[in-house]
Amino acid sequence: MDIFELTGRLNAAHGPSGDEAGIREVIADLARPYADEITADTMGNLIVHKKGEGPRVMFAAHMDSIGFIVTHIEKEGFLRVGRLGGIAPKEMIYTPVRFKNGARGVVVPEEKADFSKLKGDECYLDIGAKDEKEAKSMVKVGDTAVYDSPCFQNGCKVVSPYLDNRISCAVLLSALAEIRENTNDLYFVFTAQEEVGLRGARTAAWAIDPDYGVAVDVTDVDDTPGSEKYGTVQLGKGAAIKLMDSSVICHPAMVQKLDEAAKAHGIPTQKDVMRAGGTDAGAIHTTRMGVLTGGISVPCRYIHTPVEMADLNDAKACAELVAVFAQSRLEKL
Amino acid sequence: MLDQLKELCAINGVSGDEDAVRAFIKEKAESYADSIRTDALGSLIVFKKGKKATGNKLMLCAHMDEVGVIVTKITDEGFLKFDFVGGVDRRVAIGKPVVLGEKQVPGIIGLKAIHLVTRDEMKKVPKTDALYIDIGAKDKEAAEALVELGAYGSFVGAPELLGNGLLKAKAIDDRVGCAVMLELLKEDLPLDVTFAFTAQEEVGTRGAFGAAFSVTPEIALVLETTTAADLPGVEDHRKVCAPGKGPVISYMDGATIYDRSLFEALRDLAEANGIPWQTKEYIAGGNDARTIQRTKAGVRVAAMSAAVRYLHAPASVGSISDFDNMLKLTRLFLAHAAQSL
Repeated sequence: MDIFELTGRLNAAHGPSGDEAGIREVIADLARPYADEITADTMGNLIVHKKGEGPRVMFAAHMDSIGFIVTHIEKEGFLRVGRLGGIAPKEMIYTPVRFKNGARGVVVPEEKADFSKLKGDECYLDIGAKDEKEAKSMVKVGDTAVYDSPCFQNGCKVVSPYLDNRISCAVLLSALAEIRENTNDLYFVFTAQEEVGLRGARTAAWAIDPDYGVAVDVTDVDDTPGSEKYGTVQLGKGAAIKLMDSSVICHPAMVQKLDEAAKAHGIPTQKDVMRAGGTDAGAIHTTRMGVLTGGISVPCRYIHTPVEMADLNDAKACAELVAVFAQSRLEKL
Repeated sequence: MLDQLKELCAINGVSGDEDAVRAFIKEKAESYADSIRTDALGSLIVFKKGKKATGNKLMLCAHMDEVGVIVTKITDEGFLKFDFVGGVDRRVAIGKPVVLGEKQVPGIIGLKAIHLVTRDEMKKVPKTDALYIDIGAKDKEAAEALVELGAYGSFVGAPELLGNGLLKAKAIDDRVGCAVMLELLKEDLPLDVTFAFTAQEEVGTRGAFGAAFSVTPEIALVLETTTAADLPGVEDHRKVCAPGKGPVISYMDGATIYDRSLFEALRDLAEANGIPWQTKEYIAGGNDARTIQRTKAGVRVAAMSAAVRYLHAPASVGSISDFDNMLKLTRLFLAHAAQSL
């Protein structure tokens, strides 16, 4: 399966933060042929283990997506929702969503809402129910919903909700299929609850106690109008090697190792500094006595909107870099 | 349990200064406990064996500390400058009495009388650094003789019954959790239980960090209070929860997404046993669960709370029937956990 197909398959699964069972199952099925062992932990992380005698290397791509959770059902049948993860109200309105059970609806603002200062609790989810009773027959308080916008390909560009971070899950799955022989003890972790505060990666890293950590996630770009200040990378220029984001300063040795591995195999790369937003690298590098941690990122436009855009060649480069690093000679620390 | 809760609420124990609350709980718990210890952050960890030997697998947790003030400066005129400890809306603190330091010196968070207030001043709430505590000292020296820099202060107010089965008191958050745990400690338990009475929750769930790390449970149930907003003028979808409608069982708050199967177990236990329950119909707040959940390789967490109005204010209001139902439902939860652990 290529990365576009994989991303589409993953996106069809349900998996907002805290409710990752659907996506976990799909990834487990896709990873099974390449794994020695697959487990799910207390927080809901999926841990795919490919055994080796060498140092423990943990790759982490979060599988949860941003989304909505029903908090209140009104007499008129409208739903009030809380946000799962960092969603700006202005970026979520007039968007179709779907629930795990197939119920569908749209997120809309109240008529009286001031768009320049729109708040989350001034919006509601309309599932077309005629009253509270009908709404309650369709969904319950605590049920979760995700964006239901289409996924399409335009040349080498892909547009879809949840490229953050399903495209990185696809990257890890592709890399997993590429690994021929590994001396390193490899853990491919599809983490839970990243979008609500790197919660899954923290406990997974504790349990694995890795020598090296690599977070695989999307990163902000500076190649769209007015985006100069947000990122340092561009679509189509290759895998982004993370230097820092707001949760981590990557270990220089990791940056160097990733850099050298890419150069040796002719993989195009660019240097990534994300100014706003963190990644699982933040949780991993502060685990126990500290973990040598870096990051490989897929440049992505319009992150956390229903229309994220990335370049499939960048994702391919990321997958190659993951596979090369996983098979590289590393010292046990 | 109500009498003990009233006693607990009357004790002062601002975050970092939980000694008096801890001493009270320790004394009550001692004869029922198999082991009891105070950890480095000041949490009291009580272990009691039950019918089934499950070791450290199940932990109940309630925090001992409450919000309050801390003295940051003593002025030449003998007034005390202060900051809040934990989240306090300064609008509810102005004009309220407090007691300070070991000597429990009475003071008042002062503001000039209405007669002297200009129209412009009426429209604004003074910033915390413009407020002060008046302990009636004539100068700095006299003030220093009564209260030292860094002294803690607590709100004042005797617990009282209110209307139809409500309790008004300071620090219901979270002495109600402590009261439920003390009650359970007296009983024969279906399994081994670790009771963690934590410190410093109100300043960032700090005590729970050490408690959960040392205990490393598989399951933790946090007994808490949460923000009832069933007040005049609040729209239905912002009311969150209401006193008297039963314990609040949370699926998510501002800091934690709770273990789904534990949420469902509590909900089903309540329904099967005719205990009213409600959930939090708004995502806000957080408690010790957030820290416990992310301890080591992860802990399954649940939270059960009393819906309480005016949290973190000198007087909060909760329902006695909710407190009783928290005790009942926790008891049922222990029996349920004994089957699976």
